[in-house]
Amino acid sequence: MMAKTTRRNEANVITREGDGFHLHGDDREAILQIVAHYEQPQAACIDALKIVQRRHGWVPDGAIPAIAEVLGVGAASVEGVATFYSLIFRQPVGRHVILVCDSSSCFLTGYDALRDALSIHLGIGFGETTPDNRFTLLPVCCLGACDSGPALMIGEDTYAPVTPDDISALLEAYP
Amino acid sequence: MMPKLDQLRYRCQLHQSATERREETHPLTWRLRDDGIWIDLDDYRAMDGYTAVTKVLANSSPDDVIEVMKDANVRGRGGGGFSAGVKWGLTLKGQGQPRGYLVCNADEMEPGTFKDRLLLEQQPHLLIEGMILAAYANHSRFGYVFLRGEYVAAAKAVTAALGEARHAGWLGDNIAGSGFDFDIALHTGAGRYICGEETALINSLEGYRANPRAKPPFPGQSGAWGKPTVVNNVETLCNVPAVMRHGASWYQGLSGQLSDDGGTKLYGVSGLVNRPGLWEMPIGTSGEELMDRAGGVQSGHALKAWLPGGGSTGFLLPEHLACALDFDTIGKQGSRLGTGLIAVVTDQQSMVALVRNLEAFFARESCGWCTPCRDGLPWTVKLLQALERGEGEPEDIELLDKLADDLGPGKTFCAHAPGASMPLASAIRYFRAEFDQGVRRSRTPSDVDSVGAGG
Repeated sequence: MMAKTTRRNEANVITREGDGFHLHGDDREAILQIVAHYEQPQAACIDALKIVQRRHGWVPDGAIPAIAEVLGVGAASVEGVATFYSLIFRQPVGRHVILVCDSSSCFLTGYDALRDALSIHLGIGFGETTPDNRFTLLPVCCLGACDSGPALMIGEDTYAPVTPDDISALLEAYP
Repeated sequence: MMPKLDQLRYRCQLHQSATERREETHPLTWRLRDDGIWIDLDDYRAMDGYTAVTKVLANSSPDDVIEVMKDANVRGRGGGGFSAGVKWGLTLKGQGQPRGYLVCNADEMEPGTFKDRLLLEQQPHLLIEGMILAAYANHSRFGYVFLRGEYVAAAKAVTAALGEARHAGWLGDNIAGSGFDFDIALHTGAGRYICGEETALINSLEGYRANPRAKPPFPGQSGAWGKPTVVNNVETLCNVPAVMRHGASWYQGLSGQLSDDGGTKLYGVSGLVNRPGLWEMPIGTSGEELMDRAGGVQSGHALKAWLPGGGSTGFLLPEHLACALDFDTIGKQGSRLGTGLIAVVTDQQSMVALVRNLEAFFARESCGWCTPCRDGLPWTVKLLQALERGEGEPEDIELLDKLADDLGPGKTFCAHAPGASMPLASAIRYFRAEFDQGVRRSRTPSDVDSVGAGG
């Protein structure tokens, strides 16, 4: 029974030579399911990148040709998409990505102070990851929480308003 | 979850209680619960949900729907203000035409805008019902909700509602026994403001970089995968069920004498006011009344300027608050209604810094396709940063003014840069003195180039 399971898992993993990236069989299946929503497979490209990112935290180089192969499109096209969209990460990020809204309404309600306090607390600036790989700090377009600015997201959670005094308690919940 | 953390969690909430909201006056929000819990299919059906679909599919032709929408004058709530009925009338359809797509633009990213989030999170069935009606009118074979990736709660609500609607037969084959087939998929984005531009949105939907497409052909002729495609904003589509249930003249009557535009609008206020928030009010409500709802600016501050509907609209002055907040009236003041969610600037806030923030946003979010936008926007940021530091050159302000003109309508591939030029040009027009203050007063010896010409 045990050996059987192992064999099935092996069959589900596409191994690419070179960088050792494996497109997990479940991810391949998930991508193919999304392809069915659209007239052409290219349309599943962004979702495919998100699926890979969900598993790996980011999109490693080897994922690009692997996704291109599943979709039947060119690797350059997938890379072009991967580097265009701000929520697709082409380098490793921390366990929790903090997206700080830097748009006008948050700017008018305390964004500068929040950004500076976060930066000091974490010891990093935008685009950087803490040495313990816990947090990555990034700016983001208006989060649509303008009535409660300043706003930020940690992972999939939106918080607003967040003052510098709230930072310690907030970050503690994300080990 | 720790209590502290729970308190910090953002909750999107309308600032009108159920007692104030009635079906006859608040078509978008009358069903919403005061506790903010979403209206599921049972709740929605119990409050006459999907009756517009039943009625229209049994009794009206697609052209009938378009005529009612034209008469109601539902203007595009994403900020464009184009009549939805006219847009639908221009969509290629009928004999010999392929059935195309209906796309809901739920890519809400306009700075200062938080209205579609409410409808998506709390009343997704209203949107689905509006999409079914719009698809029927436009002969669309399939629909997409193009939702920004960060709206996680909205994605959950829309997914749940799509499942309920499909299970109950409101989506799929032969809807309500009418012979009309239509289904919807949720498409979540991966960031980038430009995805809200309708042709960029279509490229993004097709899985490409979100560069806008040349118009013509307009999406109604050739959109997603070359098929006729209708793109409407969430709020626009949410107006359709009530229009079809109660008729165009009822809808027109909601705004009474306030405006030639029909219906209500989700208005909002952000910035340093006492009660920032979101309200459904007749379209054409004045800025003063909206500011009253928001409790005025915080004590110790005075109103200096306001953006009527997002970062891509021009600044207006306190005296403009007397204006009706509708597309034509705000347009005549040299700005745009945009999304209708106003952002307030007070006397203690720097216009130069705020405009720098806005232009930095637009520069970052430019898709980079055309030169004026890709190169012009970062240039404005550089000039504004210098003025902010008090290191501007005397000619910088004229240069900014010229750049605003060069980025204006008709000079770029899409409306991104013209949108960016509106707050810039209007800030210089109304607050020139603040820009002048950023010009370097006098040159110190260290400023003088030590290397002579030709040296």
